[in-house]
Amino acid sequence: MNHKGKAWKFGANIDTDLLAPISALTSAKPAEAYTECLKDLDPTFAPNCKEGDIFVAEENLGIGSSREWAPQYLQSCGIRVVLAKSFARIFYRNCFNLAVPALVCAETHKISTGDQLDVDMEKGEVHNLTKGETYKCDTVPEHLMQIVADGGLMEHLKKRFKKAS
Amino acid sequence: MGQTISEKILARASGRETVKPGDIVTCQVDLAMVHDSSGPRTSGKKLDELGVPVWDMDKLVVISDHYVNLDTPAAKEVQDICDDWCESHKVKNFIRNQGICHIVLPQEGHVRPGMFCVGADSHSTTAGAFGAFMVGVGATEITGVMATGDIWVRVPDNIRMEVTGELSPGVAGKDVILKICGEHGIMGFGYQVVEFCGEGVANMSAQDRMTLTNMAAEIGAKTGIIAPDAKTVELLSSWGVSGINADAWQSDADAVYAKRLTVDGSALAPQVAAPSSPENADDVTAYKNVKLDQAYLGACTGAKLEDMRMAAQVLKGKKVASGTRFLVAPSTVKMREQAAAEGTLKILEDAGAMILPSGCGGCIGLGDARLAENAVGISSTNRNFVGRAGPKSSKLYLASPFTVAASAVAGEIADPRDML
Repeated sequence: MNHKGKAWKFGANIDTDLLAPISALTSAKPAEAYTECLKDLDPTFAPNCKEGDIFVAEENLGIGSSREWAPQYLQSCGIRVVLAKSFARIFYRNCFNLAVPALVCAETHKISTGDQLDVDMEKGEVHNLTKGETYKCDTVPEHLMQIVADGGLMEHLKKRFKKAS
Repeated sequence: MGQTISEKILARASGRETVKPGDIVTCQVDLAMVHDSSGPRTSGKKLDELGVPVWDMDKLVVISDHYVNLDTPAAKEVQDICDDWCESHKVKNFIRNQGICHIVLPQEGHVRPGMFCVGADSHSTTAGAFGAFMVGVGATEITGVMATGDIWVRVPDNIRMEVTGELSPGVAGKDVILKICGEHGIMGFGYQVVEFCGEGVANMSAQDRMTLTNMAAEIGAKTGIIAPDAKTVELLSSWGVSGINADAWQSDADAVYAKRLTVDGSALAPQVAAPSSPENADDVTAYKNVKLDQAYLGACTGAKLEDMRMAAQVLKGKKVASGTRFLVAPSTVKMREQAAAEGTLKILEDAGAMILPSGCGGCIGLGDARLAENAVGISSTNRNFVGRAGPKSSKLYLASPFTVAASAVAGEIADPRDML
């Protein structure tokens, strides 16, 4: 599975309160709540993120709460793949459950906002087309790629129940 | 080869003789917990979309605690959804607005040593204080658990965290976990399970141990766990749990740990974590004289009966500083009643505390304990990320109930050892 897209680059320790602030979780307009994603860190992100973009961070992406709105808001903004040096475990699982592949890449500090990336999930490679560089990333366990291939855990579960009946 | 308590639980839950770190296993879940935000509103709707029933109604517990006691249409809607879903699905174990889920769950007798539990909240790790292995997950993941009763787990490496010596007066479990967070960082133990043990843990009250496992989430751990002892059995018995076999859920002497680490409990000073991360922890003396607008005793981390008793030890016969608001939201309704019956609550009130209803409230920036613009606060909660407990301009320091109480009296961050 390959994905090409433009990078949004952030640093370390992006927590779930930044990704999904409490004001969004209690918003009177839940359908627009995702536009508050990262408002306290970079208010230009949500309005300018485009369909197919790639979210890139350094260590400890998604620390904090189990709130699934954190990856869900990124997804609603248009993000289709997430790269980081390391992930908080609940956020990591939440990403796959929403069919957003989350890849561990040790060289994300070499990526800048605006870089065009081509992510090869099978080979575990990130090609930076803008800078002409290639970075290694960890390959994803097969059962997680199967969840992504099915379109997320909900679709995966529907298949499981269909088979059972 | 011996097994740790965590490996024994995961082996039993996955139907194997043994498991080893790195194995990916499917575990049968003994108990699933959701709250009003991660439950009916989200995973409940998803379960209905799947069109299947809850796999085992005896094993599901729904606790409303996040958007309770709030006078906003959005919060009320979440409560209505929660009440209606539990009624229409005939949820057997729905505990409505009785306090925070991580404390209510064991308090109502749902947790026992050896259980494998899943909760749709990151501080689900708290149940580890009773020798259960409980992990936090997100809403879709818990939907899968509610539908199937199983979940995939990567067997984690084990970290043995020994607290040596006995804690000094005015020092608590909160100081131990903040010290660990300061030393190892907020992701210090990513994907690992941290087993707390040693003389320092043995001497802690069973309720104070819950603060260690609660904040396993703030050291990146998959979960935290403490092997049960007589104190565990005594507390659980008082909460109506009978027939506990504590001996069956101990780590073997020859169990394998990825790391064996120690914290010097007897030398430990009260800790304070500066804005905006729990890992900014240092001795209280490093932050003395920081002026405070608010001091807050609350959350699943820091307003249990034992926590209120710690604050009362400091506050007896003293008054809160005139420029500082001191707010107390007991972790559960039952604990507030206990604190009232034994006189602890009166000591807090006489000192000038305002008692708030039980719920997640101020810890997640909701209700009367939400920090105001540019406000500086200290609290016994677990996280102080930007925008969590108040607006971006507010600043939050984290500390133990002793230190929060002492700071409320001083009107600035203060060392509780000077007031005991």
